[in-house]
Amino acid sequence: MVQQILFLLVAITATWYAVRQFGKIRRNVLLGKEEDISGNPGLRWRNVLLVAFGQQKMFTNWIPGVLHLFIYVAFVITQIELIEIFADGLFGWHRFFAPRLGWLYTVIISFIEILSVLAFVATVIFLVRRNVLRVPRFHKPEMKGWPFLDANIILILEILLIVAIFSMNGADILLQQLNPYVYHDTGPLAVSSWLGPMLFGGLNESSLHFVERFGWWLHIGVVFGFLNYLPKSKHLHILLAFPNTYYARLTPRGKMENMPEVTKMVQGMFQPDTAEPPVEEEIPTFGAKDVFHLSWKNLLDAYSCTECGRCTASCPANLTGKKLSPRKIMMDIRDRTEEVGRKLDSKDPQYIREELRGEGVALSGENFGDGRSLFDYISPEEIHACTTCNACVEACPVLINPLEPILKMRRYEILMDSKGPTDWVPMFNSIENGGSPWQMPVSRDHWVNGD
Amino acid sequence: MNIKTMAEWAAEGRQPEILFWVGCAGSYDDRAQKVTRALCKILDAVGMSFGILGMEETCTGDPARRAGNEFLFQMMAFQNIATLNNYGIKKIVTACPHCFNTLKNEYPEYGGNYEVIHHTQLLQQLMAEGKLKLEGGGSFKGKKITYHDSCYLGRANGVYEAPRAILEALDADLVEMKRCKSNGLCCGAGGAQMFKEDEPGKQRINEARAEEALNTGAGIVASNCPFCMTMLSDGVKAKDKQDEVMVLDLAELIVRNNSL
Repeated sequence: MVQQILFLLVAITATWYAVRQFGKIRRNVLLGKEEDISGNPGLRWRNVLLVAFGQQKMFTNWIPGVLHLFIYVAFVITQIELIEIFADGLFGWHRFFAPRLGWLYTVIISFIEILSVLAFVATVIFLVRRNVLRVPRFHKPEMKGWPFLDANIILILEILLIVAIFSMNGADILLQQLNPYVYHDTGPLAVSSWLGPMLFGGLNESSLHFVERFGWWLHIGVVFGFLNYLPKSKHLHILLAFPNTYYARLTPRGKMENMPEVTKMVQGMFQPDTAEPPVEEEIPTFGAKDVFHLSWKNLLDAYSCTECGRCTASCPANLTGKKLSPRKIMMDIRDRTEEVGRKLDSKDPQYIREELRGEGVALSGENFGDGRSLFDYISPEEIHACTTCNACVEACPVLINPLEPILKMRRYEILMDSKGPTDWVPMFNSIENGGSPWQMPVSRDHWVNGD
Repeated sequence: MNIKTMAEWAAEGRQPEILFWVGCAGSYDDRAQKVTRALCKILDAVGMSFGILGMEETCTGDPARRAGNEFLFQMMAFQNIATLNNYGIKKIVTACPHCFNTLKNEYPEYGGNYEVIHHTQLLQQLMAEGKLKLEGGGSFKGKKITYHDSCYLGRANGVYEAPRAILEALDADLVEMKRCKSNGLCCGAGGAQMFKEDEPGKQRINEARAEEALNTGAGIVASNCPFCMTMLSDGVKAKDKQDEVMVLDLAELIVRNNSL
């Protein structure tokens, strides 16, 4: 009874807090510009199935691909066991499904156990790879501090989860022989049937009971902890990979997003008579200075990033020692979005743009202005180094597009700030005045007379 | 070789089969001009009628757009589309993947709808139709050639096979670099990098890519883009290998093979 009440309290608190946190993430993502991303649901579901669910892109590099698959499948399948843990926790049962499912129960739990062993092996290899082998992409400057710790915390939580499963099942196998009335026969479990006696063989019933309860509470504790840790962690990709692949761009990679507000103005120059008369309105912001000017999809991209660094490892600029790292761009966008979110939560009127402050005006995404922007996170040097080669876009296992925000920031720099690399000024002038990026003394068809 | 402009075709009241969009590099860059002429020679040899815009052609606006100057890009786009639509252009071939990408993917939004193909795709088609025959046992038979995927033909538009089909038809020994096709490494020119100094770093991108090409041991680096051509040639030169290794466009390989 005490355990039931405790479970209920833990479950309600954990769920409530998690829902709150996920709600904030949703609010933060929607700070981005509205953009209608729809159409072609067939292709979109295909992306979800192949890329998110099927992890297609993880297999470009098959060793980490297979190891990642072990952890992923184990994670998904363990959720079945979680149904029972929940039911047992709420109603004070013990292994509710064991007597009801019979041999099927043995098969399901054995399957989970085998996957858990594979996941354990994969997790240990991942820990070694990150901490001992020092794969370069895990040790770029943007990975220092929290991101590095975050990655290790998740791997350790995974190990704890697996320890919990085998403590629980291993002790249970022994208890089934000692007290078959309470501990229902699960049949021989693939791993625990030998691992249990090996680890806990000599223990008496009360110690075994303690180990079993320890495993059970650790299991559910890690699950609830994980649920609340996710919103703060890079590990959020396990959920957001699905919507992120669904809403991924289906247009050809080489096509840059149009700016209809510019089209309107340029059309007005070409056909001054038919153009709509200019309306007195606020000059729109061209390109992106802050998260409000990015699309909500760019922000969803940022929250979906698990900082694996495949983008950065394939970026020609980064490979040759430039400061640009596509992963850092995505991490910076998330950090800035979080900063804005925290400030909005504070409801502090000092974050209202000065000209909009007044009696009774509440802080909101519309009037927000803290004097900071994405440019406090991302330097011009970084966005200037991009060759728009799409290698980062190609590399991302969850279809994040780091190129789009880079180009939007370039647009802001050039169109709003009239800044950018000075080398580009003569190029712009030549195109505008001579129709070619180079100022040439010969005519355009001069080549006809060559050899 | 008689190269006619669209204005000249129009004056005769006729329309060529295809418009050859030469592009700025193809028009002005000494090295790229050779590729332009090579493609003209091939079209001439197979008897495919084509026209150029000549003085009426201007930059597609690609480097301006990638640099962030959307105004300039759209001004160029509207101007070029007016010219193209004025001549009733239906089909365009270009030897520049940047022009190819912009014409194909970005102009439709502003009313420019054309069938656009890259010259390597056209060459592959001509071979498939039997109009362009590569003389077997030519000068490239068994020669080690490596192929550099340009980003705007490869990753941006998914064209990986047409250029390789040409190398296969040449009977060349294609040796792939470790990073190829969708994993290909950029030459360093895209995104308007061609027109600015590199940001501070350890190495120039074109030298890194040239190294990868040289590591294959191939005597020829085949390219499909005037900017990659410049970047890789400079990279090969930086490694002081310009006497042993040539950077050639696929059209040039065909011209040399068939002694056009």
